[in-house]
Amino acid sequence: MDLKKIILFNIAAFLFAPVFSQGIDQVLSKGEVHGNFQMDMQYYQEDSTIGAQAVAEDVLMNAFANINYTNGNFSAGFRYESYLNTILGFPTGYKGNGIGYRYASYTNDDMTVTVGNYYEQFGNGLIFRSYEARGLGYDNAMDGIRVKYKLANGFHVKGIMGKQRFYFETGEGILRGVDGELMLNDFFGGKFAESKTKITLGGSFISKYQVDQSAQFNLPENVGAGAGRFAIQHKKLSFAGEYARKANDPSADNGFIYKEGEAFYAETGYSTKGFGLTLSAKGVDNMSFRSERDAALTDLQINYLPALTRNHTYNLLATLYPYATQPNGEIAFQGEMVYKIKKGSKLGGKYGTGILINYSTIYNIDSTAIPTAIDSNRLGYEGNIFAIGDEKYYEEFNVEISKKFNKKFKGIFTYSNLVFNQAVIQGKPPQDYPTVYANIGVIDLTYKLNKKHAIRTEIQGLFTKQDQQDWATVLIEYTYSPHWFLAVMDQYNYGNKYSDKQIHYYFVSAGYIKGTNRIQLGYGKQRAGIFCVGGVCRNVPAASGLTLSITSSF
Amino acid sequence: MKKLILFSAIALFSFSGFAQKETRTVPSVNLIDLEGNKVNTSDFNNDGKPMVINFWATWCKPCVAELNNISDLYTDWQEETGVKIIAVAIDDSRTAPKVGPYANGKGWEYEIYKDVNQDFQRAIGFQSPPFTCLVDGSGKIVWTHSGYQEGDEEELYEAIKKLAAGETIEKH
Repeated sequence: MDLKKIILFNIAAFLFAPVFSQGIDQVLSKGEVHGNFQMDMQYYQEDSTIGAQAVAEDVLMNAFANINYTNGNFSAGFRYESYLNTILGFPTGYKGNGIGYRYASYTNDDMTVTVGNYYEQFGNGLIFRSYEARGLGYDNAMDGIRVKYKLANGFHVKGIMGKQRFYFETGEGILRGVDGELMLNDFFGGKFAESKTKITLGGSFISKYQVDQSAQFNLPENVGAGAGRFAIQHKKLSFAGEYARKANDPSADNGFIYKEGEAFYAETGYSTKGFGLTLSAKGVDNMSFRSERDAALTDLQINYLPALTRNHTYNLLATLYPYATQPNGEIAFQGEMVYKIKKGSKLGGKYGTGILINYSTIYNIDSTAIPTAIDSNRLGYEGNIFAIGDEKYYEEFNVEISKKFNKKFKGIFTYSNLVFNQAVIQGKPPQDYPTVYANIGVIDLTYKLNKKHAIRTEIQGLFTKQDQQDWATVLIEYTYSPHWFLAVMDQYNYGNKYSDKQIHYYFVSAGYIKGTNRIQLGYGKQRAGIFCVGGVCRNVPAASGLTLSITSSF
Repeated sequence: MKKLILFSAIALFSFSGFAQKETRTVPSVNLIDLEGNKVNTSDFNNDGKPMVINFWATWCKPCVAELNNISDLYTDWQEETGVKIIAVAIDDSRTAPKVGPYANGKGWEYEIYKDVNQDFQRAIGFQSPPFTCLVDGSGKIVWTHSGYQEGDEEELYEAIKKLAAGETIEKH
């Protein structure tokens, strides 16, 4: 380049820079970068009393960071994940480093288009739900293209195409689907829009394609599933339902039978200030749906069949006998009532008393196996998702009472009665694993020493004659708002019939929180357990040692 | 090489006016209200007064403790500052139908929305509830906090009062 030209160019740039940079500045200054970060690290020690192993690496770590850029209607971002190596209990397919998620998206009032990775759900997820539960290592993100359109007032349509995430790769199956939702009140407008009755209708269809390389079977390469749903809200009442049907989908999950799959979901609720009631029912028959026929555990699931049981958080209630949906067949019912006894009334006391009653029960579906000799279509069995079978899988009755006694002291008292069919739910031989009948009680008390300091105590007991017999958990947590916390917990299998298995699983943790940054250090023993997510359970081995966890949002 | 340096120096000088601002706009995501209507988060507004967007779930004990504690103080807070609390439940389809009956059963008076596939959670960017954002009159998030411990509502209220009085809040 000629020197004169360079000088002229630079002078021009210098003169026009303020204008140019102001233009760029205006565009760029509307742009924002945000994200979040999490790291979990565990140092493993050997502990033969609980069956905990040390690991060759000494320390295992998982970490990830999401970084997102938004500017007006445009957004883009990615997530970088690091498993060096992945902590025990996480799906073992997570290895090494990589970009696990990346996308670009444009949205305006009438449409949104996303390329790259995205999460999406059709209706209640009976035929399609792509989501993440990072703490459990669950991620079936889609990789492809998604479009959403608002075709008219109250009429929304979404279309998806892509493959599912399989650790740092994608599954073989190609998915394509469409979902439409019509909110009648908004669509027809006018007087209807003002109505006290709101009606929404929806329908969806999804199809997967996977090549048939089987020498043994003639497998369908395209498998479609469709669902229809409705939701009605009339003043304080709600009523909603969804029915789904899946074409023949022989897979490892169902033993390669050609039977179609069905599922239904229905719920009704009544809700007013101080009182809420929900009743729901769900039936599932042969609805395991994956984008690869041989996938197992939590890999490549296309749909979401949640357990219709209470989502517990207390240690003994949540981790010992968690239920997982049986995709091959079950029918479930749940009822929950939430009520607040008024302040000032005799039973309610000065602050009012909260009562929650929850009941759920799950059975197999009434089905008859077809003898192989006459099963020329390889259907496996005949079943009816609306007919309850004879085998109880699970039953649970919960009562929870919340009471604030005075400005400093409050408590939550929980009682639960549980029936748990170990053999079916955990896939174990029934002669060695009888159904567990358990009574569980939890006392959760919080005492505020002053405005900033509080102590919370949990005393839990699980009483059963089966499995590992009785357990007790005691937790003491001290918090100093807003930055500090310290907790000590001991889970003790005091009732175990084998005295060498009467183990204390103690755990101490402390941490610091500032704004959206949190760091927690813990030390102790973790019991071997079962983690259940969306219908699939995973074994988590016992562990002993130090844990460090850091999370931040920015 | 010299030309490159000269050009770069000029370029850098020109762009020196560019700096990213500290405030954050509420991301635009569709949520459902308790009647089943689609609502866009960019339409949240409180006539210029402060708003709190609090993420919770029916299964999250600290979230319920926080919303219960604030519920006792909410009327006073509203009288003094005009603040509005928007409680977004991140319950998925397993527990989403219970959100309305649960919130009503507890006697809460907040505006409740459902984020059934956690799109809003992802857009804001946090891993576990509770998560609280304080939004100013122009729709910008000026204060955020992760988690809840007894007494944290005091810190939140200090920030709300400052915002209502027109003071700037220190990003903590």
